[in-house]
Amino acid sequence: MLPWLIRRVLTLVPVFLAVSVVIFSILHFIPGDPIDNLLKVGSPASARAEMEARYGLDRALPVQYGIWLGKVFQGDLGTAIVARRPVAELIAQALPHSLRLGGLALLFSSVVGITLGIIAALWRDRWPDRAIMGGVLVGSTMPNFWLGLILMLVFSVWMGWFPVSGARGWNSLVLPVVTIGLGGTALVARITRVAMIEAVRQDFVTLLHAKGLPPLRIELFHVLRHALIPVVTILALRIGWILGGAITVEVVFARPGLGTLLIKSLSQHDYPVVQACLLMLAMAVMLGTLLGDVLQAMMDPRIRAAMA
Amino acid sequence: MSAWPAPLRALRWPVGGIAGAWLIVIVAAALFAPLISPYAYDAQALKEAYGSASAAHWLGTDEFGRDLLTRLMYGARTSLSVSAIAISLSVACGMVLGAAAAWFGGPFDRTVMVVVDLTWSFPEILIALILVAIIGPGTTGTMIAIAVAYLAQFTRLTRAQIMTLKGETFIEAARSLGAGNTHILLRHLLPNAFAPVLVAAMLATGDAIILEATLGFFGLGAQPPVPSWGGMMSAGSALVFKAPWIIVFPGLAVAATVLAINLYGDALIAELDIRSKLRGAG
Repeated sequence: MLPWLIRRVLTLVPVFLAVSVVIFSILHFIPGDPIDNLLKVGSPASARAEMEARYGLDRALPVQYGIWLGKVFQGDLGTAIVARRPVAELIAQALPHSLRLGGLALLFSSVVGITLGIIAALWRDRWPDRAIMGGVLVGSTMPNFWLGLILMLVFSVWMGWFPVSGARGWNSLVLPVVTIGLGGTALVARITRVAMIEAVRQDFVTLLHAKGLPPLRIELFHVLRHALIPVVTILALRIGWILGGAITVEVVFARPGLGTLLIKSLSQHDYPVVQACLLMLAMAVMLGTLLGDVLQAMMDPRIRAAMA
Repeated sequence: MSAWPAPLRALRWPVGGIAGAWLIVIVAAALFAPLISPYAYDAQALKEAYGSASAAHWLGTDEFGRDLLTRLMYGARTSLSVSAIAISLSVACGMVLGAAAAWFGGPFDRTVMVVVDLTWSFPEILIALILVAIIGPGTTGTMIAIAVAYLAQFTRLTRAQIMTLKGETFIEAARSLGAGNTHILLRHLLPNAFAPVLVAAMLATGDAIILEATLGFFGLGAQPPVPSWGGMMSAGSALVFKAPWIIVFPGLAVAATVLAINLYGDALIAELDIRSKLRGAG
């Protein structure tokens, strides 16, 4: 397992480099020169050269990239232009909020999605299946920021059950988690259903029936175990989706987090913060995929055997 | 009945019919908005601001007293055209890339697939946000961002199609008849790969409408006063407690349109019998 894991982690290195090049180059594609903003009007050319040298902008782009990446590895993400604080500090403040929200949303979509998928598969082509699949489709067609606002309107304003926004107390988490989770639920339910239906057709299930095991026991213990492998793969691959959902939903519910920070700094043109947020989100996506591969390997005896 | 082309047969089902009818209505509203909308999209009437549904304004008015139904029609124009153009661009580039990767194979194929797999694992909204950060907000930026966000999907799908078709007997037959590479690629492989790619493109247009609305909601899409569904919801989000209809109707328009696209697309997939071809690539 360990050599496989090391090889798998090593494949992330070129991916990380490619992503970091793209994110680094954001600063150099945007129109306008940051030095223009720092210089007083009518400053001599030497002042400009001096300023460029101070920020390292006079060197070749690959060198600048190398310096930037080196600093990133030391945890130095630069200084926010607007907030005038180290970017790493801003990120460290935002990250726990996003992780909590994303983690709970992932849990919500797994539990609800798998349950709905099982029910749909057990009553295949009958009304519970149709109702669940129809509901799931309708749910996935709504933009999640809109769904969040509607939930907020109904449950916070009209019913008064939850706070409207902010991040104080556990009950401020309910609506954001449900909003993000519902999007993932659709996908998980659909895949669980298909995987269950396909697993039922396999020979070992016929054998279990022939042995006289109770059908529900077969479905829940043997078929489900098989069906969960693709579900785990998709869940891990789609950790990115959940993070994407978190970006918008954080903004809607005015919660602190990476999404709010990203959108705010985008509108303020605070590019060091934008870069750092994008880098964090990209790393989360990569780690999610890795986690999915590891989980899948642990669950599937065939893959486990191939790695040994 | 079976002589009818599949896109029309897909309308036969009750579900496909209703979905198709809604799509026709919404496309017509977008195309003819200047002719049929009751007001001008930027006609302000501050006395009538925050009005709920009435005989004069069927869906109510926004914070400047502008007619919501009118803005919804013009919003359809922006949202549908941005999504459709972006996806067309994405399909065109994806088909060329995918076909070239499958046809040439070797290191070119591997390079393309590495890049495709790389973008594949990232959520579309993240890719789109990175690109908008580079290009800058606005309609063009949104289009390019959406096009790139979905490029991986079409490249993968086209490549998979061509790879399977390459081994078919009719390709071998064409080759034995003396057909050249270009002829086989353009006249035999691409036309046969077209149907699944087009259906996938249609379904992706639905997702693109949501993505466009999300970028618009962040204020990164079409800039005011040009109405877009996302932009309307962005303005309405601050007023959700005072005048919820400002945000409710554009959201319903997005949801209904995306739902209709999905339902019609499903009917079309069933009619064309291509579900297996879309597997693992959609």
